[in-house]
Amino acid sequence: MSRSPSFLRRSLDSDLVWRLRQAPAAVLSACVLVVMVVCAVAAPLIAPHTPFDPGTLNLMDSRLPPAWVQGGSATYLLGTDEQGRDVLSTIFYGMRISLAVGVAAVLLSVVIGVTLGLIAGWFGGWVDTLIMRLGDVQLSFPTIMIAFFIDGIAKAVMPPDLNQATRFYVVILAIGVADWVQFARTVRAATMIEKNRDYAAAARLSRVPGIRILFTHVLPNTLGPVIILATLGLGVAILTEAILSFLGLGMPPTQPSLGALIRVGNDLLLSGEWWISMFPGLALVLLVLSVNIFGDWLRDALNPRLK
Amino acid sequence: MAVPLVTVRDLGRSFDVSDPLVQRLITRAPRRSVRAVDGVSFEVQTGTTFAIVGESGCGKSTVTRLVAGLDTPSEGEVVLAARLGVRPRLQMVFQDPVGSLNPRWRVGRSIAEPMPAAMDAAARRARVAQLLETVGLATTDAVKFPHEFSGGQRQRIAIARALAAEADLLLLDEPTSALDVSVQAQVLNLLKDLQDSFGLTYLFISHNLAVVRFMADRLAIMYLGRIVEEGPAETLFDAPAHPYTRKLLETVPDVDNPRRERDAPAFDVPSPLNLPPGCSFCPRCPLVTDLCRRERPVLRDRANGTRVACHAVTG
Ligand SMILES: Nc1ncnc2c1ncn2[C@@H]1O[C@H](COP(=O)(O)OP(=O)(O)OP(=O)(O)O)[C@@H](O)[C@H]1O
Ligand SMILES: [Mg+2]
Repeated sequence: MSRSPSFLRRSLDSDLVWRLRQAPAAVLSACVLVVMVVCAVAAPLIAPHTPFDPGTLNLMDSRLPPAWVQGGSATYLLGTDEQGRDVLSTIFYGMRISLAVGVAAVLLSVVIGVTLGLIAGWFGGWVDTLIMRLGDVQLSFPTIMIAFFIDGIAKAVMPPDLNQATRFYVVILAIGVADWVQFARTVRAATMIEKNRDYAAAARLSRVPGIRILFTHVLPNTLGPVIILATLGLGVAILTEAILSFLGLGMPPTQPSLGALIRVGNDLLLSGEWWISMFPGLALVLLVLSVNIFGDWLRDALNPRLK
Repeated sequence: MAVPLVTVRDLGRSFDVSDPLVQRLITRAPRRSVRAVDGVSFEVQTGTTFAIVGESGCGKSTVTRLVAGLDTPSEGEVVLAARLGVRPRLQMVFQDPVGSLNPRWRVGRSIAEPMPAAMDAAARRARVAQLLETVGLATTDAVKFPHEFSGGQRQRIAIARALAAEADLLLLDEPTSALDVSVQAQVLNLLKDLQDSFGLTYLFISHNLAVVRFMADRLAIMYLGRIVEEGPAETLFDAPAHPYTRKLLETVPDVDNPRRERDAPAFDVPSPLNLPPGCSFCPRCPLVTDLCRRERPVLRDRANGTRVACHAVTG
């Protein structure tokens, strides 16, 4: 028996890697993405300061401009905010929260959307109608409004301190719940095609239980477009979180995401301390842009009709 | 006579091919449906091969899917005789070799799918290897994915999967159409051998009359969803009665006399969307009469054991 080549070897030879080499913008965005993800994940290790440890903060160092500007200090490369926190470090930690919220929210949407899409496509009939009409209704509200709504409920039912502690999860829930419809629609359409494919029919003739057919034949063949949608959805989710935080409905200032950092810095923009909001803003733009470019490339690379 | 394994009675299947509702309201077009299968009846005896022949679109695949239970008939019924109280097991080789294998499964896994759940992994692997060899592929092919095979190879993998189940009834929808002559002969001989040793029953669809002649015990000729002639294969090949059967057999290349004058096959097949009131073969029939245009002939028994649906045939 010949062994199939190792996973690494196969990955390097794969069509996808070859396609990546053909697209410099995608390579660049992938690199930027990797660097930003590493900075975010390893923030406690590589951030030059520990901005959320009040003991290390020095009010004397507050509102310092970036290092290359008159009055700046080499200790604080991108300057400090009004509490003397190092802007570069807060960006690392902020990206960490933005990415965590974005990824978790998209995962939540994927789980809800794929499950409902599979159910709708597999059973059809009134189950399908119910789920898809529910999706239509939800789509007629903007994402941000649904997020507002969930946020409002959470504030109403929880005491303030509990609310602070659960902020992170409420934001994930708000964004995740708002975005499932696109996944459900895609998976439903693919399910309706896959369940009538000849290989599914062959499985039925072999008396494989329906639920096994659903999970082993149908589900894996519907996931391709889901991966693409999820990548593109990540950019949207990060932005939505930033908007919520900017409006004061997202992450609290004690646990700031990029959006919350921009909000805090925004108040100081007119007094001349532009760096406090500008750099988190740039980081946000760079992050979302690279996610989107990479997602676009992935969509084209995986779309058989464009090959 | 023994109870037939498959009994098909007055089978009918219509497909709704109307435009979407909104478009129909705008253009005021009526609902339209295709009668893919219409009043088809036949029986398949255990251990025999029943072949269905007919040109593209006449409803052969639809009949097969109905027999398999993958589609529900609009009219009529399919009865599978239970043996010792057990439903007969059936397997199918699909016409399209591309869609018949899960693209994300190694083909070994696909072939092993119909095997009994009690079978352990080693036994499965051994059986898969054996089946791959049987259909003329390498045992190492089990770890490959479907896209690494050609259409003909995939068809052979589908045949291996159908054989893996040790089913009583095999529905073979053009199982050898994508194979070259030598592999085709190998697969057909294999099917014959299996039938002789295990008493398998085949419902066999093919365009290729030479193949049908080799395989079939009984033969049905379909034209636009209906059976026009049916009977023991030998009798039909020796003495075709229906003008359509005769036309079909004529279009088989004549080995002894290749330059014999033959009618060019006519291609003005009436659409199954709007069938004429009389015999649907009228526009192409050399023996057509007024009666044929008015009244549809029914399938009737003949003295030689065949059934035919034609006004012009006597006896
Ligand atoms: N799902 C469907 N929806 C609508 N029409 C269909 C459907 N399936 C089959 N038909 C129609 O029914 C008729 C018979 O189709 P079928 O596939 O049974 O033909 P066939 O004899 O197998 O042809 P071929 O030799 O080309 O495979 C055709 O006119 C086809 O257009
Ligand atoms: Mg067919």
